[in-house]
Amino acid sequence: MVWLAKVYVTLKPVVNDPQGLAIAEGLHNMGYTGVEDVRAGKYLEVRLNAPDQPTAQRLAEEMSDRLLANTVIENYRCDVVRAEG
Amino acid sequence: MNFGVIVFPGSNGDHDCLHTIGETLGQPVRAIWHRETSLDGIDCVVLPGGFAYGDYLRAGAIARFSPIMAAVERFAGAGGPVLGICNGFQVLTEAGLLPGALLRNANLEFRCQWQHIRAARPDTPFTGGLVEGQVLRLPVAHGEGRYFASPEELARIEANGQVVFRYCDAAGATTEAANHNGSLNAIAGVCNERRNVVGLMPHPERGAEALLGGADGRLLFESVLARARAVAGV
Repeated sequence: MVWLAKVYVTLKPVVNDPQGLAIAEGLHNMGYTGVEDVRAGKYLEVRLNAPDQPTAQRLAEEMSDRLLANTVIENYRCDVVRAEG
Repeated sequence: MNFGVIVFPGSNGDHDCLHTIGETLGQPVRAIWHRETSLDGIDCVVLPGGFAYGDYLRAGAIARFSPIMAAVERFAGAGGPVLGICNGFQVLTEAGLLPGALLRNANLEFRCQWQHIRAARPDTPFTGGLVEGQVLRLPVAHGEGRYFASPEELARIEANGQVVFRYCDAAGATTEAANHNGSLNAIAGVCNERRNVVGLMPHPERGAEALLGGADGRLLFESVLARARAVAGV
């Protein structure tokens, strides 16, 4: 059974994010004065084979812990759904 | 002393290391492709600068799982001297062999310049020839060198004396202007608890002969050689 793991990797709140600050400045320059803060992160899609959803979820979280995120600086969230097609 | 320079796809400082160790210092050295699995006969391992695996995902993240890294972990675990330079430093933090992480420079710039760093406790294999507080002038060339560790980890490595180098000005002062990438506590290099694994963002191998504008980088390689001679009793 094929699953799609949608992995969202974000910097921990304690980590300074100069990219986000630069993007926020760009938005301010465009006139979006209501923007308070921007944090840049990563979004990954992993298609994987697994017998059931809990197994796919566990594998996605294991991959995130080991490679997709660096837990010294980042948090992650995995949403695992049936892959279409 | 036999040096091994690990070569990942995307390494670009490997030949600088091979030149400095082999030509400038006249020591036996060989390039070790990342697919190799053994470090037999190697006395000192160097992870060079570059952009291993394109630095995709995060700098050093994918290289950390290259086949040779299991051997590097065993070598480090047995107390062997390991030096990570720039991207090599990033690989060692990703591998968990060194504490902390290296993030995008605070100014978002790729900084390629000569930089002063100040040595802390000289009790690692690569700093034994320095005195505490000694200022070195070395090139830096990186976009992701801002040292980060959680407040607890930062306090721990400071208490353990694991900060090996800090960015400073020519006089050795750690000013805000000298901390060119925004590293926490101006950290330019750290070591592990056992002190045999050292990583730094500046490039000692690119500043190891006067012809290149500075020779301070030689001191790190000479330190590890002097230590090997002392251990061998010669």
